[in-house]
Amino acid sequence: MDDLKNIPHIEEINHRGLFAGVPPKHTATFQERTASQNKVLPSLEAAIRATGLQDGMTISFHHHFRGGDHVVNQVVDALARMGYKNLTLAASSLAAVHAPLIQHIKNGVITHIETSGLRGDLAEEISRGLMDCPVVFRSHGGRAAAIRSGELHIDVAFLGAPSCDPYGNANGYSRDEDDAIACGSMGYARTDAKYADKVVILTNHLVRYPNAPWAIPEYDVDYIVVMEDIGDPKGIMSGATRYTKNPKELLIAQTAAQVIDAAGYFYDGFSMQMGSGGASLAAARFLRQMMLDKGIHCRFALGGITGQIAAMHEEGLIDRILDVQSFDLDAALSLRKNRFHHQIGATYYASFLSAAAVDQLDFVILSALEIDTSFNVNVLTGSDGVIRGAIGGHPDTAAGASLSVVVAPLTRGRIPTIIDRVNTIVTPGDVVDVVVTDQGVAVNPRRPEIAKKLRRAGIHVYTIQELKDKAEALVGRPDPIRYTGRVVGVVLYRDNTIIDTIHQIDEGPTE
Amino acid sequence: MMEKRYAKDRLRRSMMFVPGNNPGMIADARIYGADCLMFDLEDSVAYTEKDAARFLVHNALKTLDFGKKEIVVRINDLSSGLGIRDLEAIIPAGVHVVRLPKTDSAQDVIDCEKEIARIEAEHGIPVGATGMMAAIESAGGVLNAREIAQASGRLIGIALGAEDYVTDLKTTRSDGIELLFARSMILNAARSAGIAALDTVYSDVNNEEGFLEEVNLIRKLGFDGKSVINPRQIEPLHHTFVPSEKDLKKAYAIMDAIAEANARGSGVASLNGKMIDKPVVIRAQRLIALAEADNTVEEE
Repeated sequence: MDDLKNIPHIEEINHRGLFAGVPPKHTATFQERTASQNKVLPSLEAAIRATGLQDGMTISFHHHFRGGDHVVNQVVDALARMGYKNLTLAASSLAAVHAPLIQHIKNGVITHIETSGLRGDLAEEISRGLMDCPVVFRSHGGRAAAIRSGELHIDVAFLGAPSCDPYGNANGYSRDEDDAIACGSMGYARTDAKYADKVVILTNHLVRYPNAPWAIPEYDVDYIVVMEDIGDPKGIMSGATRYTKNPKELLIAQTAAQVIDAAGYFYDGFSMQMGSGGASLAAARFLRQMMLDKGIHCRFALGGITGQIAAMHEEGLIDRILDVQSFDLDAALSLRKNRFHHQIGATYYASFLSAAAVDQLDFVILSALEIDTSFNVNVLTGSDGVIRGAIGGHPDTAAGASLSVVVAPLTRGRIPTIIDRVNTIVTPGDVVDVVVTDQGVAVNPRRPEIAKKLRRAGIHVYTIQELKDKAEALVGRPDPIRYTGRVVGVVLYRDNTIIDTIHQIDEGPTE
Repeated sequence: MMEKRYAKDRLRRSMMFVPGNNPGMIADARIYGADCLMFDLEDSVAYTEKDAARFLVHNALKTLDFGKKEIVVRINDLSSGLGIRDLEAIIPAGVHVVRLPKTDSAQDVIDCEKEIARIEAEHGIPVGATGMMAAIESAGGVLNAREIAQASGRLIGIALGAEDYVTDLKTTRSDGIELLFARSMILNAARSAGIAALDTVYSDVNNEEGFLEEVNLIRKLGFDGKSVINPRQIEPLHHTFVPSEKDLKKAYAIMDAIAEANARGSGVASLNGKMIDKPVVIRAQRLIALAEADNTVEEE
């Protein structure tokens, strides 16, 4: 070997010095090795200690177990027992099941929350001013972008996984055996696993290496804890999401399908996304029939995936499924079974910093709690001002899709859905194209060509003001919600700029 | 000429039942595309709810906009004492057509008409403005169908109410054979009086196949339409009543030939070498009316 000095331009060659031999090679079988050398720690507490978590740091969770999640509560209980304080809890979303966090907020374990949504008692308490620091609400795409850019830095991610091997290859299902609590895709967890400083997988199902296919690769995972219980299968998913029988939802769904067709986005090779709400799910049924009648195909369906979408894939009507979250058991089973039902992460789904699948959507069907005469949409706060929803991918898909269709009943009970100004802007009217209600359709004036096409197809197009007037004629004008001056939530658009704030509700006596 | 609230001759493919005590359903009834809406004060309303339903329907008629739909209210039997109060609430409120339940004889129609006329007069409404229809729900009523259909000039149609009728017959509803006589009788009675014939409800909402079979049957028999109890039944019902492309083409060809003959000043029109008879023209006109009704967007 030449002396390094004799190698020309050695200073331009990246190297780590001279070869000095290798450590002894292992000789045990890989099966023996996985049993003795792996990332599995004996307890949750041991894993927490190993991560080096300190007061004031940020922990993260995913919401693929939905209302059945037992991970968040168990981890935060453990952190409280271990004396941690001032933590930021950054979950991809939170549900009613997370009400025990109220206690941990009161005792100072959790002082900051980032999430896509809140429901139940936790949401009620936060709306009443439980926290000093406002909750930060981000869309799924906005969260993925913030994690990548470092605006949301995750110190330790605690990720529940229905299957994981001893090195950390983790997934929402397993090809080896039937798993009662399979959640299907783990798309939102993948972003956390990739960018968090430390990653702990909590699994109830330690499977043999290699757990392929995996959602999270072992090189993103530091520690594994085997838990008896990571979630309640009933709350995670049950059977197939049912088609609605509600005639009003069916009417809205049918109109939405007609609108998409008339607007020119229903052609051979189109792409689509639809939510799991009654009307948007029912739209799948009408679109399916229209596809059969016209003999056309969908190139890909994106997003939260339902059994109905999976069935259309199996029927040959949809070529590819890009699945960031499986909404029901049938969707999860399809992900396991069907080669072209493909699992994607939150970043690829919707981050504005990446090439995102939402940008390839022809149309999306979205729901709404409120829509205003500027076409702004609220999916986060109820008509009483209390937080009771989640942003999800609403602004991401509305912005990405060539045609965004928002479906909602014109009134809910005695509450109008279309009003002068939504209580909370989640998705700006600039990216909302058509509003479909049971009492008529309105097209955003930004899209006059769509209005023209709908009229040509015999669909009566109202102005949004006319729909608002119709709603008010039916149920009147509700009193404005009373808020205090205090901000309890900050809502970020998908580019992580602040688009609106949520105030504490005022429950004091009226004069 | 007196202004009438009803038109004898109009499209009545679907008459949607709406319980009179359900404000949400009343407010939404308009949106599902039914040709006629029927607010019920009778069987779908519990005895303890009768007042509330009457009050609600009265206010709905006065305040809600139902577009161009025909608005029918099914009242309680006059003999119950409730029927009169129903009439007193709905006639001043502007109901188009009063539906009599359990009509057994022409006298039932005459008695009700008398009350309607009295209330119209008391409220300054032209006497005769309100239409009527009679539901026949017993063996006796079926046998009297002809007299019932001719009992009043206000009648826009007669309808079969099958549940009570099959009980009266000591049978149950099955494949439709049990209703064949009643349907034929009611249809012929209606046609001989020049009014509409409306079929009974199909109550198994989830059995779409069975519903369509029944709709096809009544269409072949000649009924104008049918009562529906769920908005989901409207679209398949209307779809069945839409003429086929082929029939429609022929109907347009017939009307073109007639127009051409008229232009020539000739009283005799022919198509493909065949003379067009009057019944052929009437059938063609009806077919075109049905097809156009199905394509019309309701403008408000």
